[in-house]
Amino acid sequence: MSEAGKPKFAMYWAAGCGGCDIGVLDIQEALLDVAAFFDIVFWPVAIDAKYADVEAMPDGFIDLCLFNGGIRNSENEHMAKLLRAKAKVLVAFGSCAGEGCIPALANQFGVEAILDFVYAKSPSTSNNGRVRPQPRSEMPEGEIEIPELRDQLVPLDAVVDVDYKIPGCPPVPGRIMDVMQLIMSGAELPPKGSVIGAGQKTVCDECPRERREKSIREFHRPFEVMADPEECLLDQGIICMGPATRSGCEALCPQGNMPCRGCYGAPPNVTDQGAKMLSAIASVIDSDDPEEIAAITAQIVDPLGSLYRFSMGQAPLRRLQTCGK
Amino acid sequence: MSRPERFEPVIIGFLCRWCSYTGADLAGTSRLKYPPNMVPIKVMCSGRVDPALIVRALVDGADGVVVMGCHPGDCHYQDGNIKTLRRMPLLRALLEQSGVDPRRVRLDWVSASEGNRFAKVVREFTEEVRALGPLGRRAA
Amino acid sequence: MRKVTIDPITRLEGHGKIDIFLDDDGVVAETYFQIPELRGFEKFCVGRPVEELPRITTRICGVCPEAHHMASAKACDAVYHVDIPPTARKLRELLYSIFYVADHTVHFYILAAPDFVVGPDAPVAERNILGVIQKVGIDAGKRVIGVRRRAQDIIRLLGGKNIHQVTSMPGGVAKGLKEEQRAEIEEVAADYVEFGKWSLQLFADVVLANQGYLDIILSDTFRHETYYMGLVDDQNKVNFYDGHIRIVDPEGRQMARFAPAEYLDHIAEHVEPWTYLKFPYLKKVGWKGFVDGKESGIYRAAPLARLNAADGMATPAAQEAYEHMYSTLGGKPVHNTLAYHWARLVELLYAAERALELVRDPEITSDNIRTIPTETPDEGVGVVEAPRGTLYHHYVTDERGIVTMVNLIVGTTNNYAPISLSIKKAAKAFVRGNGKIDQGKLNLVEMAFRAYDPCFGCATHAQPGRHVLDITVRRRDGTVVDSVRTG
Repeated sequence: MSEAGKPKFAMYWAAGCGGCDIGVLDIQEALLDVAAFFDIVFWPVAIDAKYADVEAMPDGFIDLCLFNGGIRNSENEHMAKLLRAKAKVLVAFGSCAGEGCIPALANQFGVEAILDFVYAKSPSTSNNGRVRPQPRSEMPEGEIEIPELRDQLVPLDAVVDVDYKIPGCPPVPGRIMDVMQLIMSGAELPPKGSVIGAGQKTVCDECPRERREKSIREFHRPFEVMADPEECLLDQGIICMGPATRSGCEALCPQGNMPCRGCYGAPPNVTDQGAKMLSAIASVIDSDDPEEIAAITAQIVDPLGSLYRFSMGQAPLRRLQTCGK
Repeated sequence: MSRPERFEPVIIGFLCRWCSYTGADLAGTSRLKYPPNMVPIKVMCSGRVDPALIVRALVDGADGVVVMGCHPGDCHYQDGNIKTLRRMPLLRALLEQSGVDPRRVRLDWVSASEGNRFAKVVREFTEEVRALGPLGRRAA
Repeated sequence: MRKVTIDPITRLEGHGKIDIFLDDDGVVAETYFQIPELRGFEKFCVGRPVEELPRITTRICGVCPEAHHMASAKACDAVYHVDIPPTARKLRELLYSIFYVADHTVHFYILAAPDFVVGPDAPVAERNILGVIQKVGIDAGKRVIGVRRRAQDIIRLLGGKNIHQVTSMPGGVAKGLKEEQRAEIEEVAADYVEFGKWSLQLFADVVLANQGYLDIILSDTFRHETYYMGLVDDQNKVNFYDGHIRIVDPEGRQMARFAPAEYLDHIAEHVEPWTYLKFPYLKKVGWKGFVDGKESGIYRAAPLARLNAADGMATPAAQEAYEHMYSTLGGKPVHNTLAYHWARLVELLYAAERALELVRDPEITSDNIRTIPTETPDEGVGVVEAPRGTLYHHYVTDERGIVTMVNLIVGTTNNYAPISLSIKKAAKAFVRGNGKIDQGKLNLVEMAFRAYDPCFGCATHAQPGRHVLDITVRRRDGTVVDSVRTG
């Protein structure tokens, strides 16, 4: 089955959406090169290898493992540890594995609030028996199990050592191709712990819009105004995370006439993406008067969800969050 | 010899070197009394205080953070203090949305000659944070 | 009893497991299809500005983000009580139709076709896209890949990103179409129409002409008599983007026809403790357990259901294909689960024809693509047909448009109970005995599942041809009786 000599490739999705797996498939013809170079030994969406197959592999058997999705439950955690043991190189692929991404927004609320809505308060749910999913269920025929949910969703490096991160939601095909070509070329990889498959600047560097001096007296939500298609969105008072987001995505969203929301994560040398953007926004407010500043700021809705849309799983602030809001 | 322990808040103070830190020294040489809870950190300008540092201070153990700078118009770097002023409402909104009482972060102006004012700000802020209680944190 | 577990399910919905219990005579007593994940979108969308939800809810699914993007945008329009300009609606529906062509293509050719073109119990090494290409030719393979690539380019053009679109918001869309771009899309759509016809011909030549396959399709093992749900336009023709929800009973009679805002009068969700996913059912009939029939509130969604619930297709070639399907299978409604594959190809053709219609509409290049909302936001429901089933996004906001409640019923979820029924019926028919379980039989169980296209299509070009299934048979106390590894 396994062709001796070819490097072994695995890809796994934890609490993600499948977009990263599709993203890999979107590299089109380059995928043929990948399939020729590697022996794909585990990739649930594409081939039929099961968990038991991974358990049976010797440690370090897998040369390259792309792990996407965040750690939401006991099964995700188990697979993270298992794949760490079985893989020589483990990559946190995509925003969920790297920093939590959209599902990490759940951390603002905690698991109890989620369960309470989904199985009780949801208007379409009929559950007078107040049934909730249980890790173990004793059925007439025997026992069956489902994973337990953790209280918080965390990125991959919260549970195992990660060799590299590839940012993006999902990483764009061009950057995935860059990484795969680098690996297949046999060239020396960057130091462990690096972010690969991305740029060294911010999205603004890739954005074709014209940037001028910024002085904002009014912030607008994207649907409230007809934005000029050539001018910087932040110049026009529309919050755009470009200044605090790593480059590499080719600035697709601003070219789609919508503001960046930060899916490529923090720029180089920044650990707190949201705080960085906070500074950036504050620096363009055109006022010296405390009351006026407060009034202008109040036009920014949902600071937490806007500044940390993708990085909530890693935000230092998350340790201060109380649940149940 | 055990007494019931009063909560002693841990407070980090970012003091600008030109005005507030000098004002703090003056409070010292004037032998003014004020609670010892605030740990002073000298920065060149209040404008240098990145909001990430304030969050970091709270995450790493502070129950409250105070930033002190020159009065508007007096900043040694012209408008550094205004830059930090512009950050505060958004930072407070962010903290509030996360369930952290925004009163745990304070910005104030203290000049080099205002030893009394310095002591007053520290005294008031310490008691305010004491009343708010310890800041809860999740494990890392 | 002995428990046989398939974990994880592969080449399908990424997270699922099946437990099969066999009694001492080796007969299947019960099966449980469990969904082990829950992320909580309905909760963490609370507190977000509602216009961000078309960009947040796409992360429910990276295979069909388009569906969530559209349902969410429509819910936002409803929340703001805003009518979007006609061009905006056409642009959204154009993007959506192109997506449907690509999505149905991927499912049929990569997941389903191997079972029919190569054969359900063919050697596993051949039972994949490469085997299909070997039988029908390399040009076919290139054509399939080309369909997907061009769709990605169009979706990126209209949606900003090809995975997780961004351009729709309350009031319209952020990006319009220029004439040069329109002309290119027209070429692609015309080619898609030919591809749709070609695919139906392939199905006729390879599947319908083979009596063995036809027998499987018409067999009782792969048949349930359920209610059917689908979105229909004013003429009761299938529409993926907009319309009313129509439900027909197992005899094909209309049982309900309602606007999106009324969905709570008709649909409820049942909870079981052994899975995180809920089971939608028809409120007016009631939850009667895992049974089909007119007395059970279980209903089906997605291609076959949509065709059953409608009176026809809105475009000519698809209508012809629709009529041909029903006359071949003995009239409406069709209850045979494997007919989903046929219905999917009819829909593929419709989506292509619809895309061509839309891209030829002179209004499609207008730059009137947004209306700025002026009403106070409060509440709204947006419904589209996702490829896997009717998709409901229900939002409540405060007066600033900040979300206070989100309720979602998501495509495949509609089919959760039906899929469970299908797995059990197939397992009972094909899995038996006290020893080795034949891999071809297991694949027949998976075919029951695969017909519903539960949320995943895989466009890999180069399957290494492995189909490894690891089955462990244990007694209740956990001791291993037997284990078999196929492939």
